[in-house]
Amino acid sequence: MNDVVAALGGIGLGDRLLTGPAALAAFSSDAQTAFQQRAIAVVVAETVGEVQAAVRVCHAAGVPFVARGSGTSLSGGSLPVEGGVLIALNRMNRVLRVDADTRTAVVEPGVINLDVTRAATPHGLYYAPDPSSQSICTIGGNIAFNSGGAHCLLHGMTSNHVLGVRVVLPDGELAELGGPSAETPGPDWTGLFCGSEGLFGIVVEATLRLMPVPEAVRTSLAVYDSLEAAGDAVAQIVRAGLLPVALEIMDALAIEAAEASVKPGYPPGATALLIVELEGERDVVDADAARLDALLTASGAREFLATEDLDERALIWKGRKAAFSAVGWLAPDYIVQDGVVPRTRLGEALVEIGRMSEESGIRVANVFHAGDGNLHPLILFDSAVPGELERAERLGGDILRLCIALGGSITGEHGVGIEKREYLPLMYAPDDLAAMRRLRDGVDPAGLANPGKMLAPEAA
Amino acid sequence: MRHALPMAQIGPQAEPMARAIGACVHCGFCLPSCPTYVELGEEMDSPRGRIILMKEALEGTIELEAALPHVDRCLGCLACVSACPSGVQYGELLTPFRAYAEPRRKRGVLERVQRRLVLQTLPYPRRLRLAARAARLARPVARVLPTSLATMLRLLPRELPAAQPLPHIVPAEGERRARVALLAGCAQQVLDPDITAAAIRVLARNGVEVVIPADQGCCGALASHTGAAAQARAHARATMAAFPRDVDAVITTAAGCGSGMQEYGTLLLGEPDHDDAAQFAGGVVDVCAFLAELGLREAPATRAPVTVAYQDACHLAHAQGVHSAPRQLLDAIVGVTLIEVPEAELCCGSAGTYNVEQPEIAAALGRRKAVNLSATGAHVVASGNIGCMTQISTHLSELGHDLPVLHTIQLLDRAYARTM
Ligand SMILES: Cc1cc2nc3c(=O)[nH]c(=O)nc-3n(C[C@H](O)[C@H](O)[C@H](O)COP(=O)(O)OP(=O)(O)OC[C@H]3O[C@@H](n4cnc5c(N)ncnc54)[C@H](O)[C@@H]3O)c2cc1C
Ligand code: SF4
Ligand code: SF4
Repeated sequence: MNDVVAALGGIGLGDRLLTGPAALAAFSSDAQTAFQQRAIAVVVAETVGEVQAAVRVCHAAGVPFVARGSGTSLSGGSLPVEGGVLIALNRMNRVLRVDADTRTAVVEPGVINLDVTRAATPHGLYYAPDPSSQSICTIGGNIAFNSGGAHCLLHGMTSNHVLGVRVVLPDGELAELGGPSAETPGPDWTGLFCGSEGLFGIVVEATLRLMPVPEAVRTSLAVYDSLEAAGDAVAQIVRAGLLPVALEIMDALAIEAAEASVKPGYPPGATALLIVELEGERDVVDADAARLDALLTASGAREFLATEDLDERALIWKGRKAAFSAVGWLAPDYIVQDGVVPRTRLGEALVEIGRMSEESGIRVANVFHAGDGNLHPLILFDSAVPGELERAERLGGDILRLCIALGGSITGEHGVGIEKREYLPLMYAPDDLAAMRRLRDGVDPAGLANPGKMLAPEAA
Repeated sequence: MRHALPMAQIGPQAEPMARAIGACVHCGFCLPSCPTYVELGEEMDSPRGRIILMKEALEGTIELEAALPHVDRCLGCLACVSACPSGVQYGELLTPFRAYAEPRRKRGVLERVQRRLVLQTLPYPRRLRLAARAARLARPVARVLPTSLATMLRLLPRELPAAQPLPHIVPAEGERRARVALLAGCAQQVLDPDITAAAIRVLARNGVEVVIPADQGCCGALASHTGAAAQARAHARATMAAFPRDVDAVITTAAGCGSGMQEYGTLLLGEPDHDDAAQFAGGVVDVCAFLAELGLREAPATRAPVTVAYQDACHLAHAQGVHSAPRQLLDAIVGVTLIEVPEAELCCGSAGTYNVEQPEIAAALGRRKAVNLSATGAHVVASGNIGCMTQISTHLSELGHDLPVLHTIQLLDRAYARTM
């Protein structure tokens, strides 16, 4: 162990090789604080060469390593592994190029999601994937988790917006996957890397697709007296062939949290809120808006409003995007689940979750990407109360099992990490899991890149 | 977040500290607004990291000395509080933690001397005057002084304005709309007495009777924010004794003082006079917040059009939540065009005694602020805190931009007097 630290000392990091107790404590978890682990050292990388050198040292010594962006993972993805090195990439945060003609940006892995849009704005472009954590999460983390956001309903997840990556493979070799054009021959290696949760190595550069800022954007907010009614409205909107960029639902508890926190000023007394956003060319948005308003009226919305004003829209989204952390106002601890159900069974899932919550005496707030059936039940508890953590965890497990039973999945966008790896066998047959392991072993025979995440260690 | 603080051992201050730790969900939303995280890019120097470090130091899983360098680097600007969706009252962890750490920590001789020098000089007008005079003599040898002392010298003005005796009571002009007591501010009164004078004129003109308690001294904010709790409590008690209670509000013009006084309740937690302190704290209002709430009688006008860049003082915007009031007042002045400053939420690096304790980071932040401010092309910079004003004008002139930096209330005053 000391040999690795000494060898890392030889790669010229200076005071960016952190081994003191404070650094190791501060880097000992991501946003899923139920898991804590000290690394043996933290490398704060600033160049591709440093990442490569650090990975080589780990490879030579057979020591595991974990990549870390901003540590906002909700599943323990960037949790250090025991006896391993943590490689922090947040200081590699330069937007290297924005090319308005090809509508691409080349960025370092530690660039904050929102900073890509900031750099693209002067060219009339933006970066579409918008996780709620976009003000701080990094592109490297987004790629590793194939992160999504409210606007991914129409535009697709991160993988639809990454054209190419440069990666440091688990043995320290540098590889280029994909490229500036979406049409590269051969297998989609970039696609394979998206969602690999750091198990295939470290992204050190990414070429991203940018999109033109739409001519018109219109956000509607509809108030319902029940979650089912809001869910049904979603089904009707989709059935009618409308293609909103975002379809989001918040329940009463989530609304309460948002109001306590960033005060978006949502209509009071709502049991459920539906947010629908339309964007595109002026006349298309106008035509869709008329149809949408008619649909919302017919769906039994108690009231609804629509706005194109930038500030008003920003406030609506602020409430939605702050909802996770905002539940800190309601309870000292929370677990956020990330299960997916087929859109048609959304109502059923919500009723069942409500029943399970009542039964276990654990409150659940719901805010979710309704358009793609991606639920985010926020399980509220107080770990100071004996037994609550266990009950909350059990409820979380039950919810995931429910999602699978309804024909869905255990994760939409937050990754499996360490938190949900036990549930993977519920979704995949042993053969499928074995295939995943073979793939992983092919890329990382020594099993050093983020081991123990996504795929549980095999029983000896 | 879960914690296991030894509550009884820490004492009454453990409650607010535990509350702040408990409310933090470790989401990281505060990171981009934290000046030290933006500058240093390491988790230990972020709000989220510091919360962990303070928690672990209190729990005993890391040494206090390991956590302290990172806690010391914290500006106390509370930008993290404004950014936090989870309602973490970071200040209620930081201030008691500093007080907890102070008697338990080791400080070098030079550091101790310097700390005593600052805490025994800045809050005492007569000593500060003497120091400024001494500083003028010392300037030629500044090069051989430690950076922190040299920085302090650099920030002290070459010429001090003449001391201005203050009246005890100034009647409202016209019909009386309110009666307030005003804190003159100890260091401010030496460095720029015009701020208090301007506040009195503007308040009176708007129908407010102003009482200026004669035996007021330092409010204790500086001591409180640097962990000198005993000194802070003494100042707080003296201040409370000096101020009348039959007023509509206690007005402050320096954001640092205002936020310090609004924290008297937490400072005196567990003390016999806690309830009184909490009540007193509840009546403390920044001059701009008070005026915006009251409403200006008539809008003043400048003689010529002027563009003003308003820079939030952290202790006003983040600590007191006073964000729109100064903007409303400036906007109300006929002839003023108000412009927003890029990275307005980022601290200028002044932060009480930070300049002296962490000169490198303070200077980096000061430069960054000056660059952002001069990019706006404004004619005048307005702010709500003497420390920020000094820091900003020092760094602006180092960039070769000698824009006037005024307190919001001074701008109003000059517009009323038609001298601007
Ligand atoms: C309040 C809150 C709201 C959130 N909302 C959303 C949301 O709406 N949608 C969503 O999808 N997620 C959301 N998340 C989860 C999280 O923000 C995302 O997973 C994000 O992509 C993580 O980015 P990061 O930079 O913090 O990565 P980290 O947490 O540091 O790392 C995440 C994973 O990526 C790996 N990794 C990091 N950098 C690299 C790299 N350069 N190369 C290879 N692997 C790397 C790590 O090893 C780890 O496995 C939210 C989180 C929070 C706290
Ligand atoms: S934003 Fe608030 S809850 Fe989130 S990490 Fe920072 S202090 Fe904690
Ligand atoms: S008070 Fe300011 S410097 Fe300190 S952690 Fe918060 S944002 Fe950072």
